[in-house]
Formats: sequence, structure tokens, C-alpha cells
Amino acid sequence: MTKRRTLIALIALPALAASACTGGGGGSENPSELSMNEFPRNETLYITGTGGGPPADWNTITPGEVTGLNGLGYETLFLFDPETTELDPWLAETGEWTGDLTYQLTLRDGITWSDGEQLTADDVKYTAELGQIEAVPYHNIWEWLESVEVVDDLTVEFTFAEARHQEWNNFLWAEQIVPEHVLSQLPEEEILTGANEDPVVSGPYTVHSYDQDRLAWVKRDDWWATDHLDLEVQPTFVVEVITTSNEVALNLVAQGEVDLSNNFLPGIQDLMASNPDLSTYHDEAPYMQQANTAMLIPNTTVEPLDDPEFRKAMASAVDGQKIVDSVYSGIVATANPTGLLPLWDDYIDQSVIDEHGISYGASEAASILSAAGYEDGDGDGFVENTDGEAVELTLNVPTGWTDWEEAARSMAADLQAAGINVTEEFIDAGAVDDARTSGDFEIIMNNWSGISHTPWTHYRYLFQLPVLDDQSTANFSRWENEEAWSLTEELAATASDDPRYQEILSDLQRISLEEMPAIPVWYNGAWSQVNNAVWTNWPSEADDTPNVIPTAWNGYWNMSSIYMLTELEPAG
Amino acid sequence: MGRYFRRKLLIYGVTFVIAVSINFAVPRLMPGDPVARMLSRNKVANPESSEAMRAYFDNVFGFDVPLWQQYLNYWAALFKGDLGVSVYAFPASVSSVIAGALPYTLALLLPAILLSWIVGNSLGAMAARNKWLDNGVLPVGYVFTAVPYMWLAILLAWVAGVILGWFPVAGGYSFALTPTFSWVFIVDLVHHWFLPFLSLFIVALGGWAIGMRNLVIYELESDYANYLQALGAPRRLVRRYAFRNAMLPQITGLAVALGMVVGGALVTEVVFAYPGLGSLLLSAINNQDFFLLQGILLFIVIGVLVFNFLADVVYVLVDPRTRLGLEGGQS
Repeated sequence: MTKRRTLIALIALPALAASACTGGGGGSENPSELSMNEFPRNETLYITGTGGGPPADWNTITPGEVTGLNGLGYETLFLFDPETTELDPWLAETGEWTGDLTYQLTLRDGITWSDGEQLTADDVKYTAELGQIEAVPYHNIWEWLESVEVVDDLTVEFTFAEARHQEWNNFLWAEQIVPEHVLSQLPEEEILTGANEDPVVSGPYTVHSYDQDRLAWVKRDDWWATDHLDLEVQPTFVVEVITTSNEVALNLVAQGEVDLSNNFLPGIQDLMASNPDLSTYHDEAPYMQQANTAMLIPNTTVEPLDDPEFRKAMASAVDGQKIVDSVYSGIVATANPTGLLPLWDDYIDQSVIDEHGISYGASEAASILSAAGYEDGDGDGFVENTDGEAVELTLNVPTGWTDWEEAARSMAADLQAAGINVTEEFIDAGAVDDARTSGDFEIIMNNWSGISHTPWTHYRYLFQLPVLDDQSTANFSRWENEEAWSLTEELAATASDDPRYQEILSDLQRISLEEMPAIPVWYNGAWSQVNNAVWTNWPSEADDTPNVIPTAWNGYWNMSSIYMLTELEPAG
Repeated sequence: MGRYFRRKLLIYGVTFVIAVSINFAVPRLMPGDPVARMLSRNKVANPESSEAMRAYFDNVFGFDVPLWQQYLNYWAALFKGDLGVSVYAFPASVSSVIAGALPYTLALLLPAILLSWIVGNSLGAMAARNKWLDNGVLPVGYVFTAVPYMWLAILLAWVAGVILGWFPVAGGYSFALTPTFSWVFIVDLVHHWFLPFLSLFIVALGGWAIGMRNLVIYELESDYANYLQALGAPRRLVRRYAFRNAMLPQITGLAVALGMVVGGALVTEVVFAYPGLGSLLLSAINNQDFFLLQGILLFIVIGVLVFNFLADVVYVLVDPRTRLGLEGGQS
């Protein structure tokens, strides 16, 4: 009997330990910070699908910060409004070019940091000058920015070596102003890689608490915009729920436990039909606003992908509408032939498209191919290269990205039907990254050209030179066109109201259509589905609701999505 | 006996070194670049800056030295108890990320494994000589063990969570709560814990029960049992001996199951959106977080070794034959 008792004791010990864990498992917060233990449902906004991991990084300088830190916590000088493609003053009251190479910026009076200090011109100067450190993401501004002077408490003057209007605007709305009085006390290493727990912020929320699967923000009392702009964020608490599965997000938003889901949920329109509380930005297809352009990237260092005519034939062979209907069941839209997002519609030169645009059609693809000398000599149904060599191309997409896998199948079938032998192959996402960076691929897909204040970012993505051994952010096709790149550089330095701006854009559209360095197929959506049970007046296409993008992804609050929080209304 | 344990310890030591080296190698054999993944995940798209940032973070994570040196640094750090900095949850240390997830995983898996083992073995032993149990309860066990776990878990979450609404479908505790030592919080914690626990319990239960039933039947039909019965020993005594012999393989099974405990239950944690090491492991792989991956794998290696060692010790305690063998000097 003794032995059996030993055995039982051995079994019982971990069981006891386990039950102790059950009671105590969970919290990683300091209890003294918790003023409240339960968020009242009608004062709390729950969001999910913003793409964050376990909250750990409150440092906005280098990448990896928790979602929401930029916008809810730290703020930018201007907001970018995707509807008008204009910049609206935010922390700044005004900002204007006072000379060819000088820009003067005036801050709003009486903005306070969460520790009570004033936000002044010194903070702006300090933030800009942080960029002189090489590892800061906006280091590039110092290639053409010469100096920053504090004129008075609220006025800063920037002097440039070269007035790159578009790049400068990008700084104005995308970079967060940080508190000089806090950061200047820290060593450089801490500024770059410190966790910055307990951030001192200027925005409407501060951090309340967090755990591995959640992050809660609590409203600040003295947000400057309440005085200056008569704005008040409605939810007292914003809780970001971190889920690794879209199915879980779907359940949460359908049940109303989560108010806003920014997950990719195909089939949401069927669920909306049966659940009147659910809605999306548009009532009908494509339901979502467009966030970025999914493009087919041919490697132009590989024959016959180096031939623009061959790429044009590919472009006319691919049926984007089929992908929209069958793969995405209508929650995305086909891309414009120029690849420019709908928010840049005003810049699209229809005459260029009429002249150089390529329309979908297998027969058109065949005629482009034969005109360029690609024939099917051996009768296997696929064209050969002009030197008679067989053409066999592979389209790689990351395995497990089911929508891209289906789209790749559809496109490969279209291309094969047009006589271009392309087969799809699904490989590890990391291997796709490697291939894209090193150029060791034939055809891949990429969608890194997204919403910004200017099509310049799109053309930089397409045409950037020089082509290096490793291409990590742009020109994955490795297409070299000096004219296009110098036009793109000129675009960066041209103001949007300059007539030359549209001329350059028309030229760039012509070149991109003539040479087709990348083939635009569809626009991915700014995925967003909301539940109206607790909060209403969500952004939608209707005139009586805000028209901002209802997305809490990193960087979107600066794209005016912050107005979603000030315009929400409690239901019932 | 001392020699037996010395030899065992040596074997475990060698296994540990090899396993830790494999831990180091496996993430680095994956295609892709963690720093590039981190920058692209955070949309650092500025070509001029991204090169400088890559160089800076390569240095922060120590990727800028040759591989053999990274390997030596890895061992050196390990002996200092330093598991490195997570790339995915930068700048948190791997130890703190794991420490945040471990309580959930242990609280979920230990009770599930132990309870299913105890209940499963008792059920199985009873079923071995009980027609009603054998024909009624065990087939249900077969079904639960044979269905794909993913399917069962999703079904449970859907029925009990979404349709009936009895249980929450996500989170370690309600998203409206912050941890406090109060009844509300503890009840909520258990409420969120129950479904994932139940799914693991049901699936493991059938396996243990089936195994135990077969083992007991085998033992009851062996020569020593027949001999005992022929001598007129009471049924209870025969069955007790059979039970004790049948337990031995089950103890090995338990040790293996417990060893894997720190690996977390990946599918469970994903389906029920329950925090823990499993969902962390998935994110670490997806984000090529070498250090987090190494850290979690290290926990699994240590867990398997420790529990196997414990099983060896328990064997000595529960199986007199092992003890006799040891005393005879042949281990």
C-alpha cells in the first residue's frame, strides 16, 4: 500500500500546482495602476484584427510598436484625409512654404503631454532631428533637409537643400511627434530599442492595461482637440483583442462582443444578410474601401519576361474579374490598369489609358504575342521564346495564404489558356520573402503599394533605381528605366497644385502601361466589419455618417480614422 | 542503483546538448530573414532607411557575426539563463514572453492530461471486465479519439460557444476584466478555461481508456493470472496484480504527455483563441522569431527530459522487477 500512496502523491502534486495556477494565472500588470477592474460595456469599444502580437513595445521611433500607439497615443502634425487626398492640420495649426526652400510651421497653443508639460516647437525640432540617427526610419529626410530652427514657442522653420514637397508631406502626416523632455534624457540605444513603458503622449488615450491577448486604452481628460476642434473621443475605453484566427474574430463580431473587426472575413455579406447588426462601409460590392493594389510581379531579368510586349500579353490574359467574383466573392474590386488606387482617381489620365491601356481577353493576348514574335511552333498549346526555346514560368505565392493561392490558380489557368505556360507553386512565406529580395524568382505577387497622400509612393515602388543585389522594398521586377525614375524623383519635388504635377503623372502612367513592370490585378480591401449593437454611426458611404476608413490598423488613425472615435454614438 | 542513475543522467545530458543544438539550427534553416520580416510587417518602406535599420537590428539581434559565433554566443547566453530578445514581441525578452504564456498553458494542460489519465485508466480497467461499459462507454471513447481534434474543437466552440452561448469563444478571461484577486475574476477565468480543457480531456480520455482496457485484458489472460486463479486466489487479488502490471506502459505514456505539456496545445489555443505557449509558438514560426522559437523548443526539450527521468524514477518505485534488476547490478 505504501507504494501506491507514493504514486498517488506524485500524481497529486502537479495537480495541486495546476489548480494554484488556475487561480493566479493571467495578470502581468502592476495592480496599483488599475483604477478600474471592469470596463462598462456601453463605454468600451472592442476592436480586433489590427495585426498586433503580445503588447511589448511602446516605442514609436523604431518599428514594432503596439497598434494604436500611433494615433491614440502619439500624434502627427497633420492628418491625411484619403477622401480628399489633402493634409488637415492636427498638432500643427498651419504650415506653409514661406520660400522656395523654407517651410514654416505653427503649432496649436496649449497642447499638453500626458505628464502635464506643454508640447512646443522644441518637441517638433527634436523629433525631426532624431532622424539624423541612421537607424531611425525617417533618416532619409536629412538627405534634403538642411536645418530646423525654433522661431518661438509655437513656430518652427525648416530649411531645405532640396524642396521635396511630396516626401516632406509624408513626414508631416506619418511621423509622430515625441516629447523632447522625456527622450532627451535617455541614451541613444534606449531611444531606439527601449520598450518605453508608460509612454508620455499627447493623444486622446493612454495605456490602461495589457496582457498577452489584449491591450486596453483609457481616455485622457485633457486632450487638446476638445478645446481646439470641439472633438471628443466617445469610448472611455478602447480594448484591442488579439486573436490569431479569423474564425474567432468572425464569432466575436457576430456575437457583438467585438464592435469592429479588421480581419479578412470572406463571406461577410452572407452573415450580414442574416444579422442586421452587422455592417460594412459600402452596402454592396465591394463592401470595403480599397487599401492596396495586388500586383503580379514578373522578374524582368528573366527571358521572356524582360520583353514589355510579353508582359502586356500576360496582362491581357489575366481575368481580374474572375478572381474578384470567385476567390473573393465580391469583397474586393478589380484594379485600374494603371494600378493607382481609387483615392487617386483624379490623377488618372483617361486619355493615356484609352491609348495604351490593355483590356482583358485571351484573343487580345494571342495577337500581342504573335505580333511580338512568340509562336507555338511545336503545337503543345504554349508559345516558345523568340529563339525557339520553350517557355516555362512559375508563379510563387506563400503557402497558407488561401486567397492568394486560389488567385494564383486562377491566373495560371488564364495564362495557360492564352498560351503562356505558367504554373502556380506555393512555397513557405519566408521563401517568398527571400526570393523577392534576392530576385531569385520568375513571377510572384506583391501588394506593398498602398494608400498614401501621393501616387509618388506608387511610382517609387514601381521604378526605383538603382537595382541592387537585394531589393527589399521597391522595384521587385528589377525593371530599369532611367526616364521613369527621374520623372518619379521630379514628382517628389513637385507640389500637388503645380500644373507640372499632373504632366509627370500622365507620363508615368503612359510608361507603366507601355512597359508594364508590374501587372495590377485587384485592390485589396481595408477590411472592416462592424457591429451596431453597442456603438452606431460608423463610417460608411452615406452622407450622414463619417466617411473615413473604419480601420484601426497601424498608421490608419493618422489617415483621419481617429474621427471614427469622435463620431461614434452609443446605441439605444 | 547509483550507477543506473549516473548512466541515465549521462544519456540525458548528451540528449540535451544535441537537442539544444538542433533548436539552434532548425529556425536558421527556415527560409526568410527575421529582421526583414519585422521591417515589412511594420511597413518600413523607405528604401534609404530600411537598409540602415536592417543593419542596426542585425546587430541588435547578433545576426551580423558568423554562424559558428552565433552558436557559441547562444550557449554562453543559455548558461547565464538568457534566452535572448524576441523579434516578434521586440523588445521584450524571450523569458518574459514565455513567462506570460506559461501559466495558461500549464493550467490548461496539466489538469487535462492528469484527469484524463486517471479517469481514462479507471474506466479502461473497469471496462476490461464489464460488458456494459465495454460495449457502451468505450465505443464513444473510440469515436472521440478517432475524430480529428481540430474538428471536435471547432464543433465544441461553435455549439457551446456560439449557438448555445454558454461559454465564451475567445480569451484567457473576459476582455472587460483586468486581473484581480476577486470571485468575479476567478469564476470568469474558469469559465474561459473550461471549453479548451474539456476538448483536451475528452480526446485524451478515450485513448487512455482503450489502452488500459487492452492491457488489463492481456494481463488477465497471461500465465501468472491463470496460475493465480488455478491456485484459488480471489478475483480481486488477481485483478489487482493485472492492474499494476498494466499501469507500467501507461506511466511511460503519461511521462511523454506531460513532457510535451510546455509545448502547449497549439490547435486548442488557436481554435479557442486561448493565450498560451501554443499560439505563441505559431506566431514565432510565422514571424521567424528565432529566439522565441528556440526558447519554446528549449522548454519542450527540458520538459520531455525531466518527465522521462521522473518516469524512470517512478518505475523504480512501482515496479519491483526494476528494483531487483538494479540490485543485481544489471540495469
